[in-house]
Amino acid sequence: MRIAIVDDSGLRATILKEGLAEAGYTDIEVVAPHGGFVARLERMAPDIVLMDLGDPSRDSLEEMLTVSRALARPIAMFVDRSDDAMIGAAIDAGVSAYVVDGLRKERVKPILELAIRRFNAFNALRVERDDAITALADRKTLEKAKAILMQSRGLSEPDAHALLRSTAMNQSRRIVEVAEALITAHTLLDPPKGTGR
Amino acid sequence: MTPISIAFLPLTDSAVLVAAREKGFAADAGLDLTLVRSTSWATVRDRLVYGQVQGAHMLAPLAVAVTLGLSQQPAPLVAPFRLNLNGNALTLSAEFTAALDPVLANRIDDPVATAYDFASAIGMHRRKPVVGVVHRFSTHALMLRYWLGFAGIDPDRDLVLRVLPPSLMVEALRAGEIDGFMAGEPWSSVAVSEGLGQIAAFGSRLWRRGVEKVLATRTDWAEANPGTLDALLVALDQSAAWCDAPQNHEPLAAMLADPAYVDRPAELILPALSGRLALGLGEVPVSDPDFLMLHREAVGAPSPDHGLWIYSQFVRWGIVEASDVAKAAAAAVFRTDLYQRALVDAPLAGPVEGFFDDREFAPARIADYLRGFHPGAE
Repeated sequence: MRIAIVDDSGLRATILKEGLAEAGYTDIEVVAPHGGFVARLERMAPDIVLMDLGDPSRDSLEEMLTVSRALARPIAMFVDRSDDAMIGAAIDAGVSAYVVDGLRKERVKPILELAIRRFNAFNALRVERDDAITALADRKTLEKAKAILMQSRGLSEPDAHALLRSTAMNQSRRIVEVAEALITAHTLLDPPKGTGR
Repeated sequence: MTPISIAFLPLTDSAVLVAAREKGFAADAGLDLTLVRSTSWATVRDRLVYGQVQGAHMLAPLAVAVTLGLSQQPAPLVAPFRLNLNGNALTLSAEFTAALDPVLANRIDDPVATAYDFASAIGMHRRKPVVGVVHRFSTHALMLRYWLGFAGIDPDRDLVLRVLPPSLMVEALRAGEIDGFMAGEPWSSVAVSEGLGQIAAFGSRLWRRGVEKVLATRTDWAEANPGTLDALLVALDQSAAWCDAPQNHEPLAAMLADPAYVDRPAELILPALSGRLALGLGEVPVSDPDFLMLHREAVGAPSPDHGLWIYSQFVRWGIVEASDVAKAAAAAVFRTDLYQRALVDAPLAGPVEGFFDDREFAPARIADYLRGFHPGAE
């Protein structure tokens, strides 16, 4: 069983490839969807192509499937058109698969199920990473606002934090929003040296 | 409020859908409209066919192809509303345009001369020219074939038509992977603004009233949800009227520029809306009020004749075998009855006409119509 993974994200492809390897699939190639990737796929003659549903190159791939003479006609699939739960899971996870016509359903289904699980794992990782980036940015904003208060009002750090927090509670806003407003106001009133007049 | 989701591609001609949401026309009709941004027509199709969305911004020929089972994931679709006419442009690399009329506006004004110049440029080019199109089942691909075919070029033999997503066209042109492309806006304006190419043809000058994107839904959904569909068409018709008004073009361009929609600068979206496009970097824009039509002249009204013309071109290029079954199915995609039910007094579409070669399309005599074309499938 030869599996091609068309993917732009090194991490997602790695997560998927590892999962497939653990399950005993070893004939796997990762192809980035750039330049002549369609010709490369054609030479590889995979039995299954796995691709992110959000990849803009899906139309290029399908064109190849339409006109290619080198490949046995592969079909886009979610394994079984009657299996609504599986179709929904595949679309939600962002998995699209193309399978050479005639390949038995029982052989394909475990691969697709694995791909769905691995895509979901990648999506969860991405959300975590985005959350972490946001948290880091928020923390920096907060530190900056506290420094302004400590400098201009002579407060201690805990007092500066308490002032930001009580202001946020009184205004029903997030503390980081209050911090941002303070930083903006401070920049307007007291431009950093070298940028003002 | 009835929830409804519509998948779209980030193109200037998603305008009517975007304004239906942003200007409150959908909400006024009792619809909670969600727009699902997608990056390929394949994904728009899958989301529609598998019911993740109820409607789609779709290439009119793709709606026919999905219904006829020519595309992956076949399913019967209906097009009860047309979202726009025209809106495409052909952009060619500087190297290739050297063989065309040096006055850029002349190329647009005289598609016949430009077609012949294109034909003679093919032999002089360093390779078989590669021209990007967004999809096999698109009006611009069919019109590019029609236009080249007029000058005796066989698009399947004399050049390579490569399918690329619109967002990657500009990069492919920069990398020299393609010698030009035909696509919807804003992509030609983006390529021109970066000095990568020149616009050599307007879709609106090849077919002056070209069927372009439609609102597509699954046939079974349309039948099961008449009230929602009627409300949607009312909202879209009002939105289209708003989008068409010249004083709204600038706010509309700003709306579309948002990352949630087209995600390109408003000044590159405005040219198609206002019909004033620069053909090359630093050139004075040329004007074509029909470049992209959103409402006037019954743009919204679908007619079975639109499906028949698309069917005729599928037969011409060997995409489908001629048959009465396929012909009837293609015509049935375009549902004048659903349009009229929702928009009782709205004007209906005129005949399919306005091709640059003045050839008349006779829906009742498609076989005769096709016999006049060379090259084409025998």
